[in-house]
Amino acid sequence: MMSAKEALAVVHQLRGEDDVVITTMTPARDWMTMPQNPRDLVLVPSAMSHATSMGLGVALAQPDRRVIVCNDDGSMLMNLGSLVSIVEARASNLTVLVFDNGTYEVTGSQRVPGAGTANFVQFADGAGFAATFQFSDIETWRRGARNALFAPGPTFIWLRVEPVVGLPGPKSPGPAGTRATAFMAALRGK
Amino acid sequence: MFSGEQIAELLESLAITHVVTVPDSTIGQWQTAIERRGATRIVRVCREGEAWQVAAGLYMGGASPLVMIQCTGLFESGDAIRNSIHDWKLPLFAIIGYRSYLNQDTLPGDTCLVFTEPTLDAWKIDYRLITSPDQFATIGEHFRKTRERCAPGAILVAEGKA
Repeated sequence: MMSAKEALAVVHQLRGEDDVVITTMTPARDWMTMPQNPRDLVLVPSAMSHATSMGLGVALAQPDRRVIVCNDDGSMLMNLGSLVSIVEARASNLTVLVFDNGTYEVTGSQRVPGAGTANFVQFADGAGFAATFQFSDIETWRRGARNALFAPGPTFIWLRVEPVVGLPGPKSPGPAGTRATAFMAALRGK
Repeated sequence: MFSGEQIAELLESLAITHVVTVPDSTIGQWQTAIERRGATRIVRVCREGEAWQVAAGLYMGGASPLVMIQCTGLFESGDAIRNSIHDWKLPLFAIIGYRSYLNQDTLPGDTCLVFTEPTLDAWKIDYRLITSPDQFATIGEHFRKTRERCAPGAILVAEGKA
């Protein structure tokens, strides 16, 4: 397994200037420690599990941009149907990453159902994703990330990461309504 | 109460780009006409909470979406509604089928009649109830008014059998 923050840093390094990156839960907490882009959407506060759905909407509205959703395992389990919705909508510009640490980290590291047994790539394959990948060590992820992130999609990437105990959950970086306005302006080129 | 062609034409006149939907036996009948007209894309999702959040993403991306679900799905949607229209302050609009309003033969005592309107009130969604075909114009009027105010809104369409 690898450090979630190191794995996320690879995404941060490779994302294009015009790409959209949506983060939630633990990935959101770590993303906020890195330099921000106007096309970042830190989904805090969120509706439980809906980062993939939000990402699907942005991807359909902005078909010329790559949209990268950094999700976690508990959220993905709560909205597995969204994988089918993404395929149904033929969102070829959407990449979903699941940072799987086997725990509900932001609520105190309780065990997630299916930790260590549920296979997220099989979920995505079963839903019909065009490309699926899995990585469990940082060097392999670094070597394969560009190809995986920007493969013709919809694309799904399962990252096996180490749980972190004792850190607080993500804190909202500011009023969501204000951030929505800024995000919309960034997407519309204003 | 309304034909698919009526609804499809209305959606086009309102410049709705996407209908994000889980169907029921009434609103689901409109899909064919909407797709045939070609001005509005149908986005099929697996549960209604998804619909609000997909619509939220569409709106932020510059599209003009509409959520189309049954009231049972409204009950399922709570957290997604709270987040999209109150946290992120997005003026999403929905057409919601009101199960059993006109006919309770299938589900006598259907509790949808008890909880649907209080639920919309609880989420502070400004809605209009449509119970007869002569109220068709209300749909467009209410959409335009809520959009002018940049506020969320909904139309409740009374339905018959479940």
